Parts: sequence; C-alpha cells; structure tokens
Amino acid sequence: MREGFATYQLVSSKRLNDTTLWMTFDGDIEAQAGQFVMAWLPGVGEKPFSIAGMMPFSLMVVDVGPFSHAMHQLQPGDKFWIKGPLGHGFRESADNLLLVGGGYGAAPLLAFARTAREKGVKVITCLGARTAEGLLLDEDFAELGCEVRLMTEDGSAGQKGLVTLAVEEALKEGEVDTLAACGPTGMLSALAGLARRYDVLTQLSWEAQMRCGMGLCGSCEVPRSLDPALPPGWLACFDGPVFINDKP
Amino acid sequence: MGSQAELSIELCGNAMKNPLVLASGVMGTSESLLKRVALGGAGAVTAKSCGPVERTGHPNPVMVDWGHGLLNAIGLTNPGAEEEVTLLKAAREELVLLGVPLFASIFAGTEEEFARVAEIIARAKPALIEVNISCPNVRDDFGTPFAADPETASAVTRAVKSAVGDLPIAVKLAPNVPDIGRIAAAVVNAGADAITAINTMPGMVIDPEAAQPVLSNRTGGISGPALKPIALRCVAEIAISVDVPIIGTGGVLTGRDAIEMLMAGATAVGVGSAFWYRGADALTMIVEEMRNFMDKNGYDSIGELIGKAVR
Repeated sequence: MREGFATYQLVSSKRLNDTTLWMTFDGDIEAQAGQFVMAWLPGVGEKPFSIAGMMPFSLMVVDVGPFSHAMHQLQPGDKFWIKGPLGHGFRESADNLLLVGGGYGAAPLLAFARTAREKGVKVITCLGARTAEGLLLDEDFAELGCEVRLMTEDGSAGQKGLVTLAVEEALKEGEVDTLAACGPTGMLSALAGLARRYDVLTQLSWEAQMRCGMGLCGSCEVPRSLDPALPPGWLACFDGPVFINDKP
Repeated sequence: MGSQAELSIELCGNAMKNPLVLASGVMGTSESLLKRVALGGAGAVTAKSCGPVERTGHPNPVMVDWGHGLLNAIGLTNPGAEEEVTLLKAAREELVLLGVPLFASIFAGTEEEFARVAEIIARAKPALIEVNISCPNVRDDFGTPFAADPETASAVTRAVKSAVGDLPIAVKLAPNVPDIGRIAAAVVNAGADAITAINTMPGMVIDPEAAQPVLSNRTGGISGPALKPIALRCVAEIAISVDVPIIGTGGVLTGRDAIEMLMAGATAVGVGSAFWYRGADALTMIVEEMRNFMDKNGYDSIGELIGKAVR
C-alpha cells in the first residue's frame, strides 16, 4: 500500500439499477480480488469498498447512505481518494469454483471470476437477491464463461427462493472443490454450514463495521457465532475480509 | 543450541513471560481480541481506554499511514466504565488461564470522574490500571491533557490512587511537554506505581490534492517509526528522574527496537502499531528477535538490559 491517500478521477458511471452505479476511475490498481479500499471524499467521510475491478480500478457503489449518495453525485473528472488496497483477498487455488453472491456481494466475485477463468478454472456463479432488480452483474459473469444460476426471493428472475438452495444443488453435483462467497452475514453463515456438510473449502468475504481499516482499532471483529471456524478476535479489515478455511 | 536468554520480568507484582505489553488503544476492544493478542505472544495486554460513559469516537478517516509513521484520531471509542467491567471480567478469566496479566486503561474529564471510573474498573480486578491523562485527540471534549502540567497530573494520580487502594496504577504521559522528568516525578510522588511513556505525539497530515487535513479530527497522534526516538528520549529522562518501572511505548516494531527501549530504562515495552507494519505475528517475531539479540550479545536476562544506555 502506498502512503497516505491515492487520488483518482472518475472516468464514467454506468447505472446497473435504481440504486447502483459501476464507477470506473482513471488508473489501475494492483490488488488481489477480494481486497478492499477505504474511499475518502474530503468533507464527507470515508467508507470501505470491495474492489470490483483492477484494470481499470472500478467500484460498484450502492446508494445506501450519505457517503455513497455523495459518491453517486461525482461527475467524470471529479477527484476521489483511496487508502489501499487493504486486507487479504481470495486465493487462486481452485479447480472447480462455486461463487456465491448475495445482492451487492457480486462485485468482488466478478474480479475473482475473471482471474479464475483466465486460468481455465471451471466456475459456477450463484447469484441471489430479493427481486430481479437486485440481481447484479449476472451478464458479466456469463460473458467470462461462468455458468450462472439465479435465485430471487419473489421469483421475479431465476428460481424462487434463497440462494442457498441453488448452492446446495450445485454442491450435490459433487464437482465443486471451493466455495467463495460475498454477501450478507446471514447468507455467509448458512454457506459455512453447507460447505462443512459437503466437505468443500471455503473463502468467505465477511463484512463488519470498519473504522481504521488497518487492523488497529478493533472495530470490525467478526464474531465466531457467525462461523465457528473463525479464530477468536478475527478482524475483517486485517485478517480478512476473506476468511480462507482449508479445513472444511 | 537452544536460547539461554530469560525474557520473563516482574512488573508491579505481576509475573510476565516477556516484557511486551499490548499498548492501549490497539485491538483491545473485546475479550476475544485481548485473548487473541495474549495467544499471539504478549507478556501482558492492555484494554482500550474507557471513560465514564460510552463514546462513539471521531468520524472517519481516523487513521493514515503517512510514510514514516501512522497518524490516528479514533477519539476514545469505548462502551463506558460499567460495560467495560463486564468485558474486563470476561477477558481476565480467559487470560488467567494463559498466564497473561490484563491491564485496564481509563480516561476522564475531571479528577472526580477519574476517581469514579477507577473505582468502577477496579471491580474487574485488572492486574494494573493505566491512567490515560495524555490522549491528544479529545481536546474539544476534555481540553488540554492533564499530562501537560505537573500539578494536574499529580492531582489525577492522587485521586485515582485513593480510589483503587492497593491496585497498582501506571500513569501514561505525553511526550509534548518541556520536562517529562518533572511530570514523572510529580505523579510518582502522588502515588503512581509505574509510568507508561509515551502516548502518541500530536501531528497533522494534509492531503495537498484535497487541500485538507486527512483526519476528520484534523489532528491526530503520531505512532510508529517516527515516534521511536522521541519515546526513547522520554523514557531515558523518566528513568533518570524516578525509581518506578516504566512501560516504554512508542514505535517498537522489532526486537532491536524493544531492546533499545529497555536500554533507555524501560522495564516493559508497549507494542501497538507494529501489527500494521509486521502483521498478526508481530509479537512472536519481536520476542524471537529479542532472544536472538540477547544470545548473540551475551545477555542472560532482561534485568541486564534495563537502563544500560543511560546509567
């Protein structure tokens, strides 16, 4: 990581749905898929974001609060600051990869899918959301040659039900050796349980309330109640965000 | 050949397997994190400072690596003394099994509040209470730190000491004073059993593209490599002025750094920012490096190192 904050300029914002922009910046970032940055808008604040693209540096930004709302107002040419890349990302070690994205969790998985597909890894991607509108990046995964399976809670796209249903079907097929996922903590807990049952390795990207982003302030501990495989005092920003469990 | 060096020390009646103390403010926000650091090789661990009531701390950004050190202004985030007692009790039960003493840390805005917080925290029976009179990042709420003046520093010390009785207290001093030896002498006269030196050094980092200070609090406390020579000088001054143990803290990243801190006069060595610079195994690495240095240079015990450069 370089010192202080690095400055980028916004090149383009592509609207993915009512609340979500794919924001592309004017340079690359040398990072692992699954790492994150602390994004800073002077006078507004600073928030963590998963890196969605490295070449060029891109973020997927959902308008959920004052900071992301301010991000959405940025125009091409506007400046934007980041600290990072930070944390530990996904490890490229699978032969048969199952990616599971819950809603906005699809963003870091797309970067991981790209590196995996370049190495010829077989990738199944299960994406889940409440409604069809919440399903993100499915076409991008398909373009990379991933087999995409969609789930919505209301049945407005793909199968009706939780994404874990599609995951269990994929695991039953017996080919998957690694499950990598990003999404709500409840989904990740359920996936950790499924992976244990089907004896596959997991790489789960956890989220928690981050402050310093550098492992020191102790704000972003992920409790073991969410995944008993986590060691005590596991910090999302420092030890993660991706928890690699080699012992299912 | 195995190592001959003995790293254990005794600090205010507490046996420690090595002189490394997790510095307050770093990671010590939950029982599981304190346990993690203890398992990671600490001789003792200090919980994050707690005050009379819950504080959320400052908005982000709260920390930056500026190239020669870190700058932080977390703003004393804490759950309040009553909640902290629960956390400390739970942590102590775990740490006793590991043989790692637990230190508490307290702050407050007045002498009376310091005494009240100390009394509450003493219920958790920590091995030592660190009295943080030197946080540089809460001036808006608490004014000039008590550590700036011998009178106020000793008044707080006296109030805390009378509130906790036999429980040992270490007063944490600030580096940005004209005569730290004089402040140390004042707090020791007022009953301090030990000194922690130093807190972070006030500083500012500006981002020229943003034309603004980086931290939301504008200023923060410098830690990491830039702090080490400042800390060494302060510890040496204190060691010459008083006869109580010093927890030397500031910029210790390696075994050599820790040895330097001992040679300046410290009995124990605080470690914090090292986790950022060297990763989760920082303490294990520092202990191993200390052992190697001692073996190579013919030191058998920590006692031989304490104050060696200033005696």
